[in-house]
Amino acid sequence: MKVRIGSPLRSYTGNASTVAAGGATVAALIEDLDRQFPGLAFRIVDEQGRLRPHMVVWLGQERCRDLTASLDGLAEVVIMQALSGG
Amino acid sequence: MSDTMKQPTSWPDAAGLEATGERMPGDLGGPRLLVGTRKGAWILAADAARRDWAATAPIFLGHVVQHLVADPRDGRTLLMAAKTGHLGPTVFRSTDGGRSWCEAGRPPMFRTGDAHGRSVRTVFWLTPGHASEPGTWYAGASPQGLFRTDDGGDTWSPVDGWNDHTQWGTWAEWPDIEGTPDGSMLHSVIVDPRDRAHLYIGLSGGGVFESTDGGADWRPMNAGCAMDFAPDTDVETGHDPHCVRLHPLRPDRLYQQNHCGIYRLDRPAERWERIGDNMPRDVGDIGFPIELHPRDPDTAWVFPMDGTDVWPRTSPGGRPAAYRTGDAGASWTRLDAGLPDRGWFTVKRQAMCVDAHDPVGVYLGTTGGEIWASRDEGESWARIAAHLPEIYSLEIA
Repeated sequence: MKVRIGSPLRSYTGNASTVAAGGATVAALIEDLDRQFPGLAFRIVDEQGRLRPHMVVWLGQERCRDLTASLDGLAEVVIMQALSGG
Repeated sequence: MSDTMKQPTSWPDAAGLEATGERMPGDLGGPRLLVGTRKGAWILAADAARRDWAATAPIFLGHVVQHLVADPRDGRTLLMAAKTGHLGPTVFRSTDGGRSWCEAGRPPMFRTGDAHGRSVRTVFWLTPGHASEPGTWYAGASPQGLFRTDDGGDTWSPVDGWNDHTQWGTWAEWPDIEGTPDGSMLHSVIVDPRDRAHLYIGLSGGGVFESTDGGADWRPMNAGCAMDFAPDTDVETGHDPHCVRLHPLRPDRLYQQNHCGIYRLDRPAERWERIGDNMPRDVGDIGFPIELHPRDPDTAWVFPMDGTDVWPRTSPGGRPAAYRTGDAGASWTRLDAGLPDRGWFTVKRQAMCVDAHDPVGVYLGTTGGEIWASRDEGESWARIAAHLPEIYSLEIA
């Protein structure tokens, strides 16, 4: 599956904006990303498995709010970041 | 201001340094200042006279750098407590004095399944461990967690004796308040130079705590400290130390700048003495930082702020000044020569430091992005940097 990576995370992916990863759920996908790009998972979820506040995962047009969500039928996941404040 | 201390001293264009590929100022023969800001880190280096300063290009521009600390045990390792708005908290490491960096393989984090559901929001404070434990560091976090590494900052583990102490939920006040370097955090991790198992920590809020067994168990140590924000101040915990320091040459002596006053404690005494009562009444004794003379346990510097009314936390009357005691707090001297006649900034708890030269250099980093330096123990000041982001921390390397 294609995973698009937002710019704040690209220091972990060798500056790649798109990478390939797999998994049955979003959580499994993040685990696979971390295997390929060590340290990436802790930037996306905290140690209690919660998505960090400014991290947004898109499953198609749907915003992911549950990391156990299935990736069945999806060709692409987008991991973006939205920062507030100056 | 001293005529030998021109203002401003040189402040090379950072972009120029970057254009030459230079990440570090050369060794100019004087101290280096490690600057943590809301938007990255900088390293400044001085000549032997501490008159001229050079600066790096920004390091990790855009990252929130709470603390950047050099390892006095090897002279080349730097650890940086950092995060960005998007990404989680972490620690970056350099083993070549800041020329190159890598991230901790396992940053400070609470245990998965933590009973309080805690996750580290910010790594706030870094303290090198005891001289006999060369790879050991401690990190204080927000919420008020304590972490330890024994491999120079690569892998960190929770100090369970603190984080899982049965009293943690009582001792750590307002753990959910964010906004670091405001809000809740664990700071002032102190290792007794005589005994690596003897530790102190400060909690905002919560108080000062002591461990004599390497962090396995803890007890509060706040007797004598005022707590003006509570009806009953004679309580063991709930206090708000802002910065706690131990004098390395007299390790039984502690100083504390508290939310409610300046204190000294000479162990084995258990009750803090409010030495801030000897400050001028119209200035008061509220502030964030307190720094100690490296060779004289009777000398300390503070930078008072306005704690009246709605707590502006800028200099009292808008007249910035440091104050120094040379008699362990019995009296204080105002030190404002060269500082602005009017200024409305704050100096955070980590944003004041001293060097080991003779006379001692004293350094202030402001929320307005300026660094002020004194080469004569505070008698006169000169601005050595401006237009930086809000400064969170200054350390000497």
